[in-house]
Amino acid sequence: MYSTNLDLDQRGKSLLEKLNSLAKKYNIKMWDLGAACSSDSSAQVDSGEAKQMKGSQRSNITIRVWNESSLVGVTSTSDLTETGLEKAIEGAYNASRFGNKNEIPFFSPQSKSPLAKVRQPIKDALGIKKLLELLIEAESSLINSHGAIKTVPYNGISETNYQRLYINSDGAYRFMRRTQSALYLYARAQEDSRKPRSSGAIRYAYGANGLDIEGCIKEASDRTISHLNYKPIETGKYLVCFTPESFLELLNAFNSLFNARSILDGVSLSDKDSLGKKIAVPSLSIYDNGLHESNISASTFDGEGTPTRKICLVEEGILVNFLHSEATARKFGVEPTGHAGLGAKVSVGPDWFEVSNSNDEKTDISSPDHKTYEEKYVLVEGLNAIHSGVKASQGSFSLPFDGWLVNKGEKVSIEAATIAGDIIELFNNIVNVEKINVITPHGICPHIWVEGLSITGEA
Amino acid sequence: MAPTTKLTIPENFLIKNSVNTYWAELLETLLVKARNSGADFAEIFLENVDNIGILAEQDDITSVSPSFGRGAGIRVFLSGRDGFVSTNDLTPSGLAQALDKALGMLGLKTTNSASLTNTSLLSKLKNYSKQKSQWILNCPTPDETSDKLLLATSLLKKYNKSINVRRGSYSRSWQEILVASSDGTFATDIRLHQSIGLNALASDGNNRASIGRRYGSSDFPDDLREWNVELSANDVSESVGTMLHADYVDAGQMPAVLANKFGGVIFHEACGHLLETTQIERGTTPFADKVGELIAHPSVTAIDEGTSKGAFGSLSIDDEGMEPQRTVLIKNGILQNFLSDRAGELRTGHPRTGSGRRQSHSFAAASRMRNTYISQGDYEPSDLIETVDNGLYCKSMGGGSVGPTGQFNFAVEEGYLIKNGKLTKPVKGATLIGEAQEIMPRISMCANDLDLAAGFCGSVSGNINVTVGQPHIKVDSITIGGR
Repeated sequence: MYSTNLDLDQRGKSLLEKLNSLAKKYNIKMWDLGAACSSDSSAQVDSGEAKQMKGSQRSNITIRVWNESSLVGVTSTSDLTETGLEKAIEGAYNASRFGNKNEIPFFSPQSKSPLAKVRQPIKDALGIKKLLELLIEAESSLINSHGAIKTVPYNGISETNYQRLYINSDGAYRFMRRTQSALYLYARAQEDSRKPRSSGAIRYAYGANGLDIEGCIKEASDRTISHLNYKPIETGKYLVCFTPESFLELLNAFNSLFNARSILDGVSLSDKDSLGKKIAVPSLSIYDNGLHESNISASTFDGEGTPTRKICLVEEGILVNFLHSEATARKFGVEPTGHAGLGAKVSVGPDWFEVSNSNDEKTDISSPDHKTYEEKYVLVEGLNAIHSGVKASQGSFSLPFDGWLVNKGEKVSIEAATIAGDIIELFNNIVNVEKINVITPHGICPHIWVEGLSITGEA
Repeated sequence: MAPTTKLTIPENFLIKNSVNTYWAELLETLLVKARNSGADFAEIFLENVDNIGILAEQDDITSVSPSFGRGAGIRVFLSGRDGFVSTNDLTPSGLAQALDKALGMLGLKTTNSASLTNTSLLSKLKNYSKQKSQWILNCPTPDETSDKLLLATSLLKKYNKSINVRRGSYSRSWQEILVASSDGTFATDIRLHQSIGLNALASDGNNRASIGRRYGSSDFPDDLREWNVELSANDVSESVGTMLHADYVDAGQMPAVLANKFGGVIFHEACGHLLETTQIERGTTPFADKVGELIAHPSVTAIDEGTSKGAFGSLSIDDEGMEPQRTVLIKNGILQNFLSDRAGELRTGHPRTGSGRRQSHSFAAASRMRNTYISQGDYEPSDLIETVDNGLYCKSMGGGSVGPTGQFNFAVEEGYLIKNGKLTKPVKGATLIGEAQEIMPRISMCANDLDLAAGFCGSVSGNINVTVGQPHIKVDSITIGGR
């Protein structure tokens, strides 16, 4: 009997034996398996009291099999009992009858290649009581940081122990384990006769002891207070400066530009012939680097067991590479890049964007900088409703945003406005990629300036 | 081994016999243990799921994705606080460990002292799964589903030659649940949800447009078989053809007429979420103390219910074992009720409405919408348009969201300018934004063509099936973002 509270590394070999045995029984030629297990604890508080504490143990496996006609079938389950495994492999075998004859995935040619070494210290869990104490203190400190902050309606602290396994019938064996902790604080502030305003901050670390709690409180407080002085903005075209976080949000929303799966599906603005073409100003370079030391969530291999790596996507404004799975790479005649999922149709996605100025020496010294620029511009802090306001296949976006109108150093928060444009036009209307790269939880990026973006306000 | 026509046949592990014997005894023991350990209340939610997703792209089936699993969510309350633990381990020891952990979160130590005995804690089983055990077997086979999806994608090509990306998707979610709690609740149910998506992307070299539609039902195994694929394909291909050459909308504030069905997303985002007790608990709704007050135009009456036969958000029982009610949220503009779950009732005093919902055993239930709509009025849809000199007609909506200060937004997928009371050219790229308190009083006219549309709603307790709905409505003024 398999334990359902799986230690994946310990159980990997017995899983391998069991699956080989089941493969023989069902006349399966090839198979692979991706598994993930996590255990986590989290807490939320309200006005100095615990509100909800949660704990979970989750496990999930995806089994992919190739039948006698080499067609592929998949099944996923959270039932890791012996019965569950057999049902999954039988389900995958039955599903293989519907395998896509026009695109048959294989094992990644790199599923046994050496993996990169990453520094991911495994931290002991503090436990729910300590998490609760930390969060109650943080909530109190944030409320006490300014008289206008009345509540912290969205808050949470968590710690997670996460394991992943990839094995296949060709002998590939990948395992990784990491611990991660997160803290988020979103405050609500209100002054007399004025509307409530809200903002917040988030921090990640390998363990809860490593969380920058003070930094999170200060950032949440500063951001929230900075929106108390608000006004509607007039509709028009503006010079816009995107904070690193907001530019990364936009870039992630349009990642189909670099995604070979999206290109083959016809839903990307790029096509097979786009490599080598200019898509942005020469000062913009974009990498995907899931292994960056600041990426707390780094994985050393993707869903197909391919090693994660750094890859240049845009070099001095020129599109130079796409992100690939095994199947898309084979169609493009290149190597997989370590960005695949695992499923009946293998998805492709970015890990962690690194955006930078292509060459500091070429930067015009007169280019605007958010620390010194004196003329009027809009500073975009964060974009909202990306799931509904972005049409990635068309390149267009129309999004509510949080931000400020900045003029001669004075920042006035913008009430209820949207920003709209076309992503390729935006890339080509960049007037400055600042020199200082900022590490965020979701990538690295400097402040980026774009001219002539449409903003709709209520003034 | 010969392939089967059914990919999976779920094992009804919560069948009536074992519920009344094995599960009743085990769960009652755990609930008694929780109460004896000092908990005010304890609840155990078990589920067994069997799902499948099928995707057709162009003229091929490109993905068939079955999945199945089991799990439990155990929740314990003490003085308004709660501890929640979820696990995939449904063995007696696995459930006992999960309960111990939940009790420990509240500072309670597990005890077996018998201030309560095991007898008579649970009421007689309420079995809502009668007549439902065959549903899964009556659903369309993967072969039938594939044929229908491929017919849909081929019709898109037939109806509009400028469509170059065609997708049809199907998902079937089968869920068997058992809820047992220390107030005696003991109920089991089987749920079946099916949804179909149809998407098209058209291009002519210079322009691109994409349109998607979703259809969904609950508890209706023949749903896909009865799907009018020709009508849907025609609707999608016409819309994407129209939007291919649409100009971007000019931004500004103007009146808007929102079409029925998925137009109801405006009420869902602008007001519905703010009438969930979770928002009172957080202090993020401006309506917390407004029951009995006018919060919307007198033409607005709004309902949330879980009882419409076959609707995507309908339920026999909610995820806390309560039968869903028909809840009048707003009547003639006056706030009547909030949507409440067990925690909401405990923490805010608003009585439960059968609205405790969760995505799966991994989430604690929370007060969530079911089938939510604005009731119909007396006007013809054309009456609304005729009153607008210069505005926007929103024929089809994309998704939307609401923020912590009540600001909402949603995207317009297919829009038309209104000039002098008549629909004119199509426009794209519009996003509507506003605040509930300001917009609800501006819904000044409701037409007589109420209709519902299926959708998914993501919030504190995960992604759940809902319907939104309304008749055509007119908003006197709203901010429309664009270029």
